Amino acid sequence: MTEFSLQMFQNEYLPEGSREVNAIVTVSAAGANGAAAGTGGGSSEIIMIDCSSSMNYPRDKIEAAKRATLAAIDVLRDGVHFAVISGTDLAELVYPRSGQLVELTPRTRAAARAAVHQLVARGGTAIGRWLALANRLFATRPDDIRHGLLLTDGKNEHEQPHELDATLAACHGVFTCDCRGVGTDWQVAELRKISTALLGSVEIVAEPAGLEADFRAITRAAMSKAVGNVALRLWTPKGAELRFLKQVAPTVLDLTGRRTVPDPGKPLVGEYPTGSWGEESRDYHLCVDVRPGQVGDEMLAARVSLVGPDGTVFGQGLIRAVWTDDTALSTRINKEVAHYSGQAELADAIQQGLEARRTGDVETATAKLGRAVQLAAQSGHGDTARLLAKVVDVVDERSGTVRLRPGVAAVDEMTLDTRSTRTARVRET
Amino acid sequence: MTRSCPACGSPVSPADGFCEGCGRDLLVARPDWEAAVRERAATLKCESCGSAGFSLDGYCETCGTRAPSPRDHLEFAVGPVAGVTDRGRRGHTNEDAMAIATVRQPGSDWDATGYAVAVVCDGISTARRPETASLAAVEAGIEAIVAGLRSGEAAEAATRAGVSEAVAAVRELATHADRNNPPSCTFVSAVASEDLITVGWLGDSRAYWLDSEGGSACLTSDDSWAAHVIAAGVVTPEQAYADVRAHTLVRWIGADAPDVEPRVRSFRPAGPGVVLVCSDGLWNYLPGAGQLASEAMPQAATDPMGAARSLTRFALDAGGRDNITVVVVPVPPDRSPR
Repeated sequence: MTEFSLQMFQNEYLPEGSREVNAIVTVSAAGANGAAAGTGGGSSEIIMIDCSSSMNYPRDKIEAAKRATLAAIDVLRDGVHFAVISGTDLAELVYPRSGQLVELTPRTRAAARAAVHQLVARGGTAIGRWLALANRLFATRPDDIRHGLLLTDGKNEHEQPHELDATLAACHGVFTCDCRGVGTDWQVAELRKISTALLGSVEIVAEPAGLEADFRAITRAAMSKAVGNVALRLWTPKGAELRFLKQVAPTVLDLTGRRTVPDPGKPLVGEYPTGSWGEESRDYHLCVDVRPGQVGDEMLAARVSLVGPDGTVFGQGLIRAVWTDDTALSTRINKEVAHYSGQAELADAIQQGLEARRTGDVETATAKLGRAVQLAAQSGHGDTARLLAKVVDVVDERSGTVRLRPGVAAVDEMTLDTRSTRTARVRET
Repeated sequence: MTRSCPACGSPVSPADGFCEGCGRDLLVARPDWEAAVRERAATLKCESCGSAGFSLDGYCETCGTRAPSPRDHLEFAVGPVAGVTDRGRRGHTNEDAMAIATVRQPGSDWDATGYAVAVVCDGISTARRPETASLAAVEAGIEAIVAGLRSGEAAEAATRAGVSEAVAAVRELATHADRNNPPSCTFVSAVASEDLITVGWLGDSRAYWLDSEGGSACLTSDDSWAAHVIAAGVVTPEQAYADVRAHTLVRWIGADAPDVEPRVRSFRPAGPGVVLVCSDGLWNYLPGAGQLASEAMPQAATDPMGAARSLTRFALDAGGRDNITVVVVPVPPDRSPR
């Protein structure tokens, strides 16, 4: 049985007239052993492999993709329902041919492996169609923990952006999806849009040889999930306004626009999807504007609960606001809130700085990437600091003084871009 | 002269100490704190939006405002005695508590009040769970005082027994977790009969004698740093009260209290008046007995509840920085209007 716990970090004291309430909510799940250990539904997995013509150039891309797919199939547990999709400007179900998810047995595993060996790269790229097929297949297993793994090597050239957007909207709440780009001819922003919508990760695998280990790790993580379709439920007082709700660790993921109201009779209660959970811990940053109070007033600014797909409440925490004229209390800065505000700003600074660099806006790029260097140093985010140093020459990390580097390798820029949303945890002092 | 027992309806006579039918005490009348809290809880509305729905964790279901506590404002009346306790304007909780009672002499007229008793305690807000200390102290204190008076003890002895029971009750609240800062409170009691007033105290809650003849006086002397250094003649009252330590208590009730021997004093009034028992939430704004008398008299002698309410209102209007508790006991209690 998975046990969830919620922990709140905030400074509840506000000066008179103040209305902004910030809190970090840490959600930890323990005791998860994968869905097979549970009594409820099982797991479903669909692997979507880009088989556009460009996967042949160089030739080892398609061969590495096949090896990685075989490795992923090997990691899947018996009993999981699965499929493999070959993606071009169309979506083709490579295995099973029956047109629906099939249960994994020694026989189907062998048959799937044989089918993957036959994959050929020929055609264009329309990622939304691959996702739409996966969505149809997953729809028949509503109680499963449903996970997709998508690999591409290029841009989404053979459908309109609005078509992809419509497909993503249809996939909300059906499955989560981790996205991988192989090589450097794909667009980080495009794949990030997909992974964000489907609550998954996006990473660059620059060398095809790296795919096999990566697919194995992703599939293992998917198999470790024990509870699917978990939502953060938020009660906020009448008249309050949610500024944002973001996952801030292990990665930044803005959930603000994902609100649904499960019961129209209770308009103060909204739910935000968090996907599926194994044994892990995530942090969320909540910022809500409430009606300002007077000294001595106390208000519940938000009640945060974690709920399962059937409405089961796994845990709950309170975020309070207390107005005081004691400035020693109201000016206290909460360590967790400050840290994650900085991490979210770091992610924004990197993405905006790289975008400005691409469009030739040297001034903005220098300022944003300089700020990123400064924030990474302050928060002890060594990984990001090292990636930044490949894109800019750091003159002084404390003041954020940098110079743009000429001739930056695409792989370094894309790695920095995809890793920008990874955050460092709060350092224990 | 025979009446029906208010609890079970059996016939009872004025000479009976207890009802033969159900055992109800026929000499002591005392408002029940728990019942008052329950009654008030049922009528509470959100102070901010007026709705009546509160979550189990204690907030308004609509606007999130902290649900008011029934203890934020309570009013008690029995016989001629009336009291009000109020959270004030600045505190989050009401850490004051009060208890009042009357004790009739066996054989006396049904409506006679032999003794009127009032106890006020002010939880020390720097201690843990101060509101539990003040409530435990008033309940244990008045129970012992009333029991003593009922069994014929003198008022001073009953008062000492009351303080000693209050001390025991508050000490019992202390746990290992709050050993450095156990629940603590002040204590003041007043027992008024026809011609004698007995007060007992630990801390800086006060009892005053108020009349309209210029005889008003504070009957207690604070167990505070300021009062002690003034009494010792070290500094002037102005200097003492300007010091940051002015209100620091030198004696109180709590598991960490070094000295819990109460001071007890009796006073024979020259004529009619009232005893006012209060916490510092009132007297901080009206410290002088003369000031209190001109604010409360003559209303307090004939309308004790009205006077308790208007003194509370006075403290609230003046800023209400602290919890306010005011109990008015007309003297002699027996001849006061009901």
